[in-house]
Amino acid sequence: MITLPVFFFLYHALVIVGLSLVTVSRRNPVHSVLFMLIIFFHIASLYLFLNAEFIAAIQIIVYAGAILVLFLFVVFLLDLRAEEHADKYSMSQPAGAVLALSLFAVLASTMRGFVLGPHGIYGIEKITEMTHTKAIGTVLYTKYLFPFEVASVVLLVAIVGAITLAKRHTKS
Amino acid sequence: MKALLETLISPGSFDIIINIGFIFGKIVIVVSVVMLAVALAPYFERKVIGHMQVRMGPMRVGPHGILQPIADALKLFFKEDIIPAESDKVIFFIAPVITMFGAMTSLAVIPWWKSFAVADINIGILFIFAMSSVGAYGIVMAGWASNSKFSFLGGLRASAQIISYEVAMGMSLVGVMLLSGSLNLSEIAAAQAGEGLFFFKNWYIFPQIIAAGVFFLSMLAETNRTPFDMPEAESELVAGYFTEYSGFRFSLFFVGEYIAMFVMAAIGVICFLGGWSGPGPSIVPLQLLWFVLKLCFVMFLFFWIRATVPRYRYDQLMAIGWKVLIPLALLNIVITATLKII
Repeated sequence: MITLPVFFFLYHALVIVGLSLVTVSRRNPVHSVLFMLIIFFHIASLYLFLNAEFIAAIQIIVYAGAILVLFLFVVFLLDLRAEEHADKYSMSQPAGAVLALSLFAVLASTMRGFVLGPHGIYGIEKITEMTHTKAIGTVLYTKYLFPFEVASVVLLVAIVGAITLAKRHTKS
Repeated sequence: MKALLETLISPGSFDIIINIGFIFGKIVIVVSVVMLAVALAPYFERKVIGHMQVRMGPMRVGPHGILQPIADALKLFFKEDIIPAESDKVIFFIAPVITMFGAMTSLAVIPWWKSFAVADINIGILFIFAMSSVGAYGIVMAGWASNSKFSFLGGLRASAQIISYEVAMGMSLVGVMLLSGSLNLSEIAAAQAGEGLFFFKNWYIFPQIIAAGVFFLSMLAETNRTPFDMPEAESELVAGYFTEYSGFRFSLFFVGEYIAMFVMAAIGVICFLGGWSGPGPSIVPLQLLWFVLKLCFVMFLFFWIRATVPRYRYDQLMAIGWKVLIPLALLNIVITATLKII
């Protein structure tokens, strides 16, 4: 039974999985980063499909706009010519394959245990009425305020740590 | 598969097709008008800068050089397309397309008058930020794929600059979002509408003067314009990231840059100068007229600055962004939020 939504989801799922494989198998890291960019767009599109427009925009702004550009900077610092002639897989490839396949088997076996959870109060009607941004803000700053603040403190620690490390180098 | 086909030919799908056709029509109108404006903008720019420097500007092609854009476009079309040896061809080809794509998709959410935007979405501002960060990929990829030192340095400078100033720009608009209570560009513009003699009293440029200043400076940096045009500083980097591009591929970058200027100017107009609001009755032709006039004014500011101010050094650019503009924008958020609660 392939209806339009199912077709839409299948397309995205196939493209995301397929491009993930392409991303990890490229010899040139810059090409990997570009394929990852396309994956991010498809993930954002899936969020849109779920009426989560705010998260879709943030997915592009934060992941594509900031984090992936950082990846690009790091990749630019590599010696790409040496990278292209190096062996595609490291010595531990067989061990990695066994590990990955067994993890996949474990995950696949738990698939049957999936139970559809109960619907929350934020259904499509409610989201369209109060807009997704407002809904997320309301939940984030009331129900989940404490975890949210804890997360920001953790991020602050990371920032301070990075600055301290960089400062130590400039002094010595 | 059968169900999919049935959905496609069911009675309701006819409305969907009509709807899609309607959206396509809007896209064609907006893109063709903007492309015409983009063709005229460099002419306007050369004239403005020329007169500011007591020259005439382009005068040869047509009366007062008005046909200069057509001559330039023809020249670019027929130039030889040079691809550097050892360049990464695929990325070299798609980089200008990505830049154009990032700039042109942003046009979709801009409300030209009260009820006209190709896509009137709830996250208009965020969409524009997302698309402008995509445009940065075109620039950095062009720099890398050209396999040239000048291009590479230009690309790195551009991406670092765009990422840094995007933070300041995003934060400067938070004040506007707080005041209007929406991320939808149409609603932001509607919140500033006013009547009568003091039609401009609700414009956010007055309560948000700090944010408007921060936004204007980051707008210049985001679009790589003077005084922040380090990525294409001709005395150091030849032409920066598009040094190796020629002919039509070069013109894609050129057009992308001007569309990005248009988009940024439109955001400035919508968020600080009241969008399509103005004196007189609130009818569509007048709304469009006010919007276009304000847009032209902000574009003129771009050119004015280019004719007036020398280029900054790169470390100065980064210092201004991180040590001045971002703290100012944060301060503005604190002040606006406090006033809003009181």
